Amino acid sequence: MGRKNTMGVRSVTDTLGIERESQDRGSEGMARFLGWFSLGLGAAALAARPRISRLCGVDDSPTAQAVLQAAGVRELGHAAVLLIPRRAGWGAWTRVAGDMIDLATCRQGMQRRRGDRRRRLMYTTWAVAGITAVDLYTAVRATRGRRMKDGNRVHASVTVNRRADEVYRFWHDFENLPRFMYHLQSVRMTGDRRSHWTAKAPAGRSVEWDAEVVDDRPNELISWRSIEGSRVPNSGCVRFMPAAGGRGTEVRVELGYSVPGRMFGAKVAKVFGEHPQQQVCDDLRRFKQVIETGEIAQSDGSPHGTSLKQQVKQRPAQPLAMPRAG
Amino acid sequence: MKANCWIAPNNVAVEEVPDPQILNARDAIVRITSSAICGSDLHLLQGYIPAMRKGDVLGHEFMGEVVELGHGVQDGLRIGDRVVVPFPIACGNCNSCERGLYSLCENSNPNAAIAELAMGHSPAGIFGYSHLMGGYAGGQAQYARVPFADVGALKIEDDLPDEKVLFLSDVLPTGYMAAEMCDITRGDIVAVWGAGPVGQFAAASAYLLGAERVIVIDRFAYRLRMAREKTGAETINYEETDVMDALREMTAGRGPDACIDAVGMEAHHASPALHAYDKGKQAVKSETDRPHALREAVLSCRNGGTISAIGAYGGFIDKFPMGSFMNRSLTMRSGQCHVQRYMRPLLERIRKGEIDPSFIITHTMRLDDTPHGYDIFKNKQEDCVKVVLKP
Repeated sequence: MGRKNTMGVRSVTDTLGIERESQDRGSEGMARFLGWFSLGLGAAALAARPRISRLCGVDDSPTAQAVLQAAGVRELGHAAVLLIPRRAGWGAWTRVAGDMIDLATCRQGMQRRRGDRRRRLMYTTWAVAGITAVDLYTAVRATRGRRMKDGNRVHASVTVNRRADEVYRFWHDFENLPRFMYHLQSVRMTGDRRSHWTAKAPAGRSVEWDAEVVDDRPNELISWRSIEGSRVPNSGCVRFMPAAGGRGTEVRVELGYSVPGRMFGAKVAKVFGEHPQQQVCDDLRRFKQVIETGEIAQSDGSPHGTSLKQQVKQRPAQPLAMPRAG
Repeated sequence: MKANCWIAPNNVAVEEVPDPQILNARDAIVRITSSAICGSDLHLLQGYIPAMRKGDVLGHEFMGEVVELGHGVQDGLRIGDRVVVPFPIACGNCNSCERGLYSLCENSNPNAAIAELAMGHSPAGIFGYSHLMGGYAGGQAQYARVPFADVGALKIEDDLPDEKVLFLSDVLPTGYMAAEMCDITRGDIVAVWGAGPVGQFAAASAYLLGAERVIVIDRFAYRLRMAREKTGAETINYEETDVMDALREMTAGRGPDACIDAVGMEAHHASPALHAYDKGKQAVKSETDRPHALREAVLSCRNGGTISAIGAYGGFIDKFPMGSFMNRSLTMRSGQCHVQRYMRPLLERIRKGEIDPSFIITHTMRLDDTPHGYDIFKNKQEDCVKVVLKP
């Protein structure tokens, strides 16, 4: 398992030699722990309120009792958002927000109290501050990985009924790519390893960049990236692996684009389509159709062939009125 | 051209629609000479198959004459050829097609992503069979566009009438595959639920494949009569006789060696209460399909026997007797028919006179009368078994 950092994405290379984003198991584990911790705190605050309020030094006011009860209910909410989703994600931030409320409440309470109660409340404040630090660390760590993942790197795979060398040859000629990658207008080979790409951009405009082949292992792998200074920095890698028992070739594609700034990132994402992951899946489905059958399946309901957009906005399954070219 | 279109559940109408055109190099346009209404069209009619849209042209059993060809059609197909078109659209190039599993073609469903959401993986595209199966216009029309015509269309070179070869498009191979999936060996008793066209052909095919006895189960006397007279099967009317008792009696306690479910998702039950139970669950979508015939087939089958599920299902069933299925070592096989695999051998059997599939035709009508055809077929009026349409 090799680890590296490509275009801002922490990644690992798995046993198949495929590079994937690494999952930060540590932050997931901590988020889960905080979930159970919230559950414990919430349950304690609700079930043993008199003892807890004594412990914190706030057993002298009915308002404080009500505040404590509300905090208990809130803790149960934190537990739910941290424990129920499969990935903790943004859940830890709700804890940070809750901590801020708690700290403010403690400060309020300390101003009106003296002696033993004030001392107890001070200890409570320190405890809350400690928990806040842990929450903040977990929240930042859990969501940092997540933000980097979004839109930066997409991968998809398909098995095609062709030999690896045929698939490699087809893919090696980048001028073939616009046949199945609908967001591309054209790709022109400008040199041995260089190519010029034109993609559709919103509002009928287009975006162009030059790319170079970074790695090229016949029948195995092609990887490319836009050259330095490109307006739309991006990279791609396609791997070919024979599937056992004459099942054809497994094709795995990974596309990445760096996001130097938020605004620019959003623009790049648009160039690649509204949902890049769905788009690369559709691309590969069409790639399979083209290389296996020579054409892209078109029905009356989906006259432009496979794409998710098409599938959502179906025409009735009856012939088109207008003649189409080709 | 005129075409029979789905308008809303229980509402079809013959409408004027644009003529189909060549979209891809391997397409052909066929002028339809005969078309039929299939039992599975009734599932579409009644709205049990999801992803139908107003205006969808129905029909997946059709034949006709090639009037236009894309430049990529090889395999000797010419303009003027008489062809029968199989209902699954198959490319012939993918791994599934190469293994003969044409109804699982990996390239013919442009809406594969929706089908994957519903079913996990996508089956092939099918003519006039919802947008889940590709959104292809069907063949209850004057013309149809046939994609991958070099793989799909079967050329009929002799003067066999349409009535003898039309059913090669679906119901004959479907019934045959149902029987083939039973792996019939000498002495086998095969029970068939449903005496519609597929059930009739399954019974006839079971005999062709060497079954000792075939028992057909239905509730309509005229269909059971057809099964007795045309296929030689024994019959059980489930509204008069308890099926499991009768099968136990007829097989001296063993149960049938193989059970074919040729009913599918809209099964009926002799007990109005039990029928209402499934119907109610279907109405509130807590199950999409009523699997009564399948349940009975599982419970009736002999220990170690085979269930061949050929009737169409769309989604999810409830109360499947998994305990019986598992503890008694049953096998279940299923699938939309891989028509392309069976067309040529079955055409040969028709030529030799081993089977004449035209016996199921009870009605022939003009395309304009298609809605009436759906009506009598659905309500089992006028002793309807199969409606053939002449555009």
